[in-house]
Amino acid sequence: MTQVVPYTFGFNIIEKLMDIHGFEVVANNFTSFLMGALITLELTALAVAFGMVLGLIFGLLKLAPQFKIGYAFATLYIDFFRGTPLFVQILLLYFGVLPIFGDIGAFTSAVIACSLNSGAYIAEIVRAGIQAVDKGQMEAGRSLGMNHPQAMWYIILPQAFKVVIPPLINEFIAMLKDTSLVSIISVSELTLRGKLIYASSYEPAWVWGTVAIIYFIMTKLLAMFGDYMERRLATE
Amino acid sequence: MIHVKNVYKNFGQLEVLKGVSCYVAPSEVVCVIGPSGSGKSTLLRCINQLETVQSGDILIDGQDITHPSININKIRQQVGMVFQLFNLFPHKTTLENVTLAPTKILKISPDEAHERATILLQKVGLVDKANVYPNQLSGGQKQRVAIARALAMQPKVMLFDEPTSALDPEMVGEVLEVMKDLAYEGMTMMVVTHEMGFAREVGHRVLFMDEGVIVEEGSPTQIFDNPSNPRTQSFLSKVL
Repeated sequence: MTQVVPYTFGFNIIEKLMDIHGFEVVANNFTSFLMGALITLELTALAVAFGMVLGLIFGLLKLAPQFKIGYAFATLYIDFFRGTPLFVQILLLYFGVLPIFGDIGAFTSAVIACSLNSGAYIAEIVRAGIQAVDKGQMEAGRSLGMNHPQAMWYIILPQAFKVVIPPLINEFIAMLKDTSLVSIISVSELTLRGKLIYASSYEPAWVWGTVAIIYFIMTKLLAMFGDYMERRLATE
Repeated sequence: MIHVKNVYKNFGQLEVLKGVSCYVAPSEVVCVIGPSGSGKSTLLRCINQLETVQSGDILIDGQDITHPSININKIRQQVGMVFQLFNLFPHKTTLENVTLAPTKILKISPDEAHERATILLQKVGLVDKANVYPNQLSGGQKQRVAIARALAMQPKVMLFDEPTSALDPEMVGEVLEVMKDLAYEGMTMMVVTHEMGFAREVGHRVLFMDEGVIVEEGSPTQIFDNPSNPRTQSFLSKVL
């Protein structure tokens, strides 16, 4: 006996949306979505925190061509991590490089890959930010008797920090979204959870719609934090 | 106090200083005048090593600061510098601009730095602006803060690099007043300037520079009323 599937024209969409099953899937897995979001946030926070440290170090090295080895190393690092896909970096580190050092685990491996990637971008942001500060500021600091690191720390970096907030927030938002790539090495962040819930429920619109909304809320909050920081550091 | 001996400086192919020698005695005010590009500012910047010289010696208090073993940061603490474009720290308030270096470099207590800064701001007439940021100040006010900032390190010498050139005409006077007071208190000063009135009134000695050399030097009356070199005569006839 063949089953007749009636063709319902546009009503199909409305029926689908009103479908109580899709809503139930989301509601029943809500904690799982939230746990995934939490892991996404944790991964992002660690990646950008380490990324900022790496970015500051390599950004400063990029500004000191007189230290040939440091400069060459910084150039190599930035070129590699900006010039290859993060997806490939995640796979390379998890399957190719980190196993040499023993069983590090997927999450740690993901943090390392994302930090290294983020650090390369932040290094360029730091470099641009420092170069945007007027040359006279360094001279003023030096003329008061500060050495180069002191003038950098007390005078240049605070001003550069203000300049780099918008591109830095941009990088944080990009990194938050790009952590979805680590689902490939089974870190159970938001995207992987979405994949699993979808596979068991076949409710693509509901599941991926929920995932998208959660990502959006997180990036929107980050953007608002950036606006707040900019206002707070304004001296006008 | 300052002895410059046969200093040469070039930027690439461009020779900016071609064997400059001069001195500034303690409590003396020396004004450096001359056309743009004559090397006046470069000379001043060499004196606190913001530019390194190709050859020649610069002695401050008997120490040769061009020597590689010298701690230039220690020397600079004793040599205040005021820039044409002020270079105030825009992320710090007026008061913080003045207290930053004493607290971080001389390691004096915040209370003492605060006290010292307040006295200096009183001196330059800006104590009521202590808590505003530089972008809320006029050009003349900015330059007065910059002078207070340099004085907070209690320098032995003050270098002024065209301190009034970036100011609106009506603000020049307030800055020159502060500099005049400083001179009368006995501060050793080297002033690169286009303010001939100031050089004549306050300067003890005037150096006229052109094309990287000191063409003529002497007392203000000598230089302004009776210049002997034709180049000095032609420069002064254009600016006076």
